[in-house]
Amino acid sequence: MTSLTPQNAQLDHIDDHGAEHGAEHPDHRMFGLAAFLVADAMTFAGFFAAYLTFKAVNPLMPGAIYELELPLPTLNTILLLVSSATFHRAGVNLRRQNNERCRLWLMLTAGLGLAFLASQMVEYFTLPFGLTDNLYASTFYALTGFHGLHVTLGTLMILIVWWQCRTPSGRVSASNHFPLEAAELYWHFVDGIWVILFVILYLI
Amino acid sequence: MTITAPQKTAPASPSLQPTGWLRYLSFSVDHKVIGLQYLVCGFAFYLIGGAMAGAIRTELLSPVSDFMARDVYNQILTLHGTVMIFLWIVPVVNGAFGNYLIPFYVGARDMAYPRLNAVAFWLIPPAGLMLISSYFITGAAQSGWTAYPPLSITTPATGQIIWILSVLLLGGSSIFGGINFIATILKLRRPGLKLMQLPMYCWAMLGTSILVVLSTPVLAGTLIMLSFDIVAHTGFFNPGMGGNVVVYQHLFWFYSHPAVYIMVLPAFGLVSEILPVHCRKPLFGYTTMVYSIMAIVVLGLVVWAHHMFTSGTPPWMRLFFTIATAFIAVPTGIKFFNWLATLWGGRISLNSAVLFSCGFIVNFVLGGITGVALAQVPFDVHVHDTYFVVAHFHYIVYGGSVFVIFASIYHWYPKIIGRMLDEHLGRLHFLLTFVGFNLCFAPQHWLGLNGMPRRVAEYDPQFELVNQISSAGALLMAISTLPFLWNVIASAFFGAIAGDNPWRALTPEWLTSSPPPVENWKGDPPLVTHPYGYGTPADEIDLNSASGSDLWRSGQ
Amino acid sequence: MLLVLGGLWIGQNINLLPVDASANAPIYDELFRVLFSIGTILFVGIVGLILFSLVRFRRRPGQLGDGLALEGNLPLEVFWTAVPAIVVLFVGLYSYDIYERMGGMVPLGHGNHGSETVADQRVWGGIGSTQDSQTATTAGIPPFPIEVTAMQFAFLFHYPDGDFISGEMHVPVDRPVSLRMEAKDVIHAFWIPEFRLKQDVIPGQPTVLDFTPTRTGSYSIVCAELCGPYHGGMRSSVVVDSADDFDTWLQSNRKLPAAEA
Ligand code: HEM
Ligand SMILES: [Cu+2]
Ligand SMILES: [Cu+2]
Repeated sequence: MTSLTPQNAQLDHIDDHGAEHGAEHPDHRMFGLAAFLVADAMTFAGFFAAYLTFKAVNPLMPGAIYELELPLPTLNTILLLVSSATFHRAGVNLRRQNNERCRLWLMLTAGLGLAFLASQMVEYFTLPFGLTDNLYASTFYALTGFHGLHVTLGTLMILIVWWQCRTPSGRVSASNHFPLEAAELYWHFVDGIWVILFVILYLI
Repeated sequence: MTITAPQKTAPASPSLQPTGWLRYLSFSVDHKVIGLQYLVCGFAFYLIGGAMAGAIRTELLSPVSDFMARDVYNQILTLHGTVMIFLWIVPVVNGAFGNYLIPFYVGARDMAYPRLNAVAFWLIPPAGLMLISSYFITGAAQSGWTAYPPLSITTPATGQIIWILSVLLLGGSSIFGGINFIATILKLRRPGLKLMQLPMYCWAMLGTSILVVLSTPVLAGTLIMLSFDIVAHTGFFNPGMGGNVVVYQHLFWFYSHPAVYIMVLPAFGLVSEILPVHCRKPLFGYTTMVYSIMAIVVLGLVVWAHHMFTSGTPPWMRLFFTIATAFIAVPTGIKFFNWLATLWGGRISLNSAVLFSCGFIVNFVLGGITGVALAQVPFDVHVHDTYFVVAHFHYIVYGGSVFVIFASIYHWYPKIIGRMLDEHLGRLHFLLTFVGFNLCFAPQHWLGLNGMPRRVAEYDPQFELVNQISSAGALLMAISTLPFLWNVIASAFFGAIAGDNPWRALTPEWLTSSPPPVENWKGDPPLVTHPYGYGTPADEIDLNSASGSDLWRSGQ
Repeated sequence: MLLVLGGLWIGQNINLLPVDASANAPIYDELFRVLFSIGTILFVGIVGLILFSLVRFRRRPGQLGDGLALEGNLPLEVFWTAVPAIVVLFVGLYSYDIYERMGGMVPLGHGNHGSETVADQRVWGGIGSTQDSQTATTAGIPPFPIEVTAMQFAFLFHYPDGDFISGEMHVPVDRPVSLRMEAKDVIHAFWIPEFRLKQDVIPGQPTVLDFTPTRTGSYSIVCAELCGPYHGGMRSSVVVDSADDFDTWLQSNRKLPAAEA
């Protein structure tokens, strides 16, 4: 530790930890992200619990029984599951320093995400009920909408990572693959939530 | 014997410590600066919330609503509860002391995510100011800190929306803080330091942070739904549209019961640090303390419906939540007996920190006893939503958490500032607070039992005298802050120099200078494996007079 | 020993409660006395221990040594885990028993309301069913139904038997009464301190409350759930009449429908 001017000492030292001692200090960012996802999952759990309770306790809302169409959501499920696989490929390629391939896979993943969002929109516009029609409708839109927000964020993250790994020496690279891995974990998480949502909302 | 003293000293740099008070207004990432920011900011909000309490008690001097308009009364009441919980106790027992102490305790130079830490703090002042300014600009929320719909949907919308926004921000801050504490405690421990060697406050913060991460998001989701009901006219909690108001209560209390432990578990931890130092004895029953914290965390997540015994919950649910709630008393009791055993046979220095800690034990025991009574459905059905409940939870949150905050300030002030606080003023402060507090809240038990509901601006004339006694107690509590304020301000300039370790304590924060340098230690962090290694070994002391269990029993 | 006896005496002899005026109030008071005794014993015991320790083990001037290095004592810790557990278990079982005697465990929505029009709506409720032991003396008498409507900021009582609305509740003494309650706007709570009974009145979800008044007189009905600016003023009263007085009151109102509304 060198003698820095007092004002800078504080900030610079902290910054150092990431770069300079990067090797000796293990990276805890992934742990933090995982903890955050636990919290996020609890938000969804709250929504699911509300949905299930409403369903059990207020079942006879006039006009609130709908048969949801299954084809579109099933397609959505497949889209997301495939995108998890493509994201995984992107990560593998980044670690092999094959940035070009990595970017290809990333683009594909983002494309799948956008396709999901588009098909979700199509579903929204063809549904026979609107947000404020009744309790069931509101809960349906709240759950799918909150999930859609997550997909949107995830897609944005993918695009940012895609931009940042243009060159092997970019901000995201084989030696600094945390952003990509973080986005990947998040993406798998969002997929997992969708599967639960699909089962609870559409299948039962 | 238990401490490997740091040998390596820093190179000849005069001081790594940045000077100037301006850094306390900056986006500093130093955990000690952030801790103090939390403390001072929280205390400012405490004064504001206290002024509101004063207004409430003034209104209640007379049985009629004469001091302020009825809707203003409800606004003040709502703000008081929200400010005290979300802007004073939660940020201070978690954010302030957690940030200041945890890195020391795990032997780290800062928290795991310093920037996230600063972000978490800087969410608080805007949220708090927004909340309070809503009173002046549009009128604040008026549905109580619980914001039960449909009342919260039908009262003026702007105030309620601002309330929701600021609680969301504060919840976010608390989640970020919680993640940071978990990572710091689990991941940033100095090599060689085992989990079961950590000071108890780390365990308390670990348990608290788990509760924060698991329960706060549910509150966030719930409030988002509530705001949709208000703004977008959905019907989640609007019975007119088929919504179900009781679901809100379940979701709300799923957060808010754990929230009471978020306010009190860290206080348990702080007391566990303070008592051994001033009693010169090891903390009694370290392992059982750890297990009881974890038991409280688990049980704390499954007792929420004890706030809803009159909300039309089915009988089986009432039964389950009665049993779960009553059993929380067991791990809590273990902690109290362990503290008593820590006192037993010590060399207790009767300073302000110890007085406030013992005041905490006395108050919390009373609050816990009324808590167990409240957990019994038939008992609760009579006193729910009355002043009895008000008395119960003030014994817990004020008599418990706030007393511990004061004890902690007396204990750590010398470390933070480098100067000692005045003991005489400290004892005066304790006396005024303790008497004022009990005068204010003890009579409220009787009020509730005899028919005074809570959250009212007007009441039956038969309760006038007791309400006036209670208000007198509140006045005493207000006065008691004066010696305290004078003490902390004046001692910062004129107090006796504290030295590095005025209490001869063993926990790591005392093994550096006062105030500590920027990265906590010049040189390597010390390895403290026995943070409570006080005491004369048994073979050097006359055992006949001090063998624990005999004396214990004869005392009872 | 002294402590236990003292606690018991305080618990049994200091009365903090208002008069009891319903069949479940004496049962409630019994529970209260038991909890009060246990609480006093615990509280005085712990405060006594603290004071004793603070005095006996205080650091005297010049004393610099440490206390005994006592880190724990397993049997002792097991002891004070077991004792509270047993106490709590006892309290739980006992209060369960009390609850049962009050009629709290009977499945609710038991359909003794003549006015059960919305069959599909769930009716949940508080304490009370009239088929219970507490009302053994009055067994056979069907409960007297009253429909309660709570709104900002008043209670209204509709008597199906006579089809009139009153702003004040009259009930006959010693006869089970069954309330079916609904709220118009926000949540209110129906509380009669002298009856030791409280039940939230929830919009969109009717609740029931059964009780048997046992003492004639007039008691206040208090709203116990924050419901708006005039929450504190939202009160009404219940008049417990003797059977004859009640009949007279019922008759006089029956003739003039909605007279007191
Ligand atoms: C650990 C610290 C505790 C805190 C901070 C705390 C806080 C509170 C608060 C704030 C309320 C009022 C809720 C409201 O109506 O707005 C409350 C009610 C209650 N507390 Fe505690 N409490 C604590 C400990 C306990 C304990 C140890 C028990 C029982 C073993 C307990 C049982 C209850 C019950 C049953 C109620 C519901 C009363 C009612 O609303 O009718 N509490 N508590
Ligand atoms: Cu609770
Ligand atoms: Cu009310």
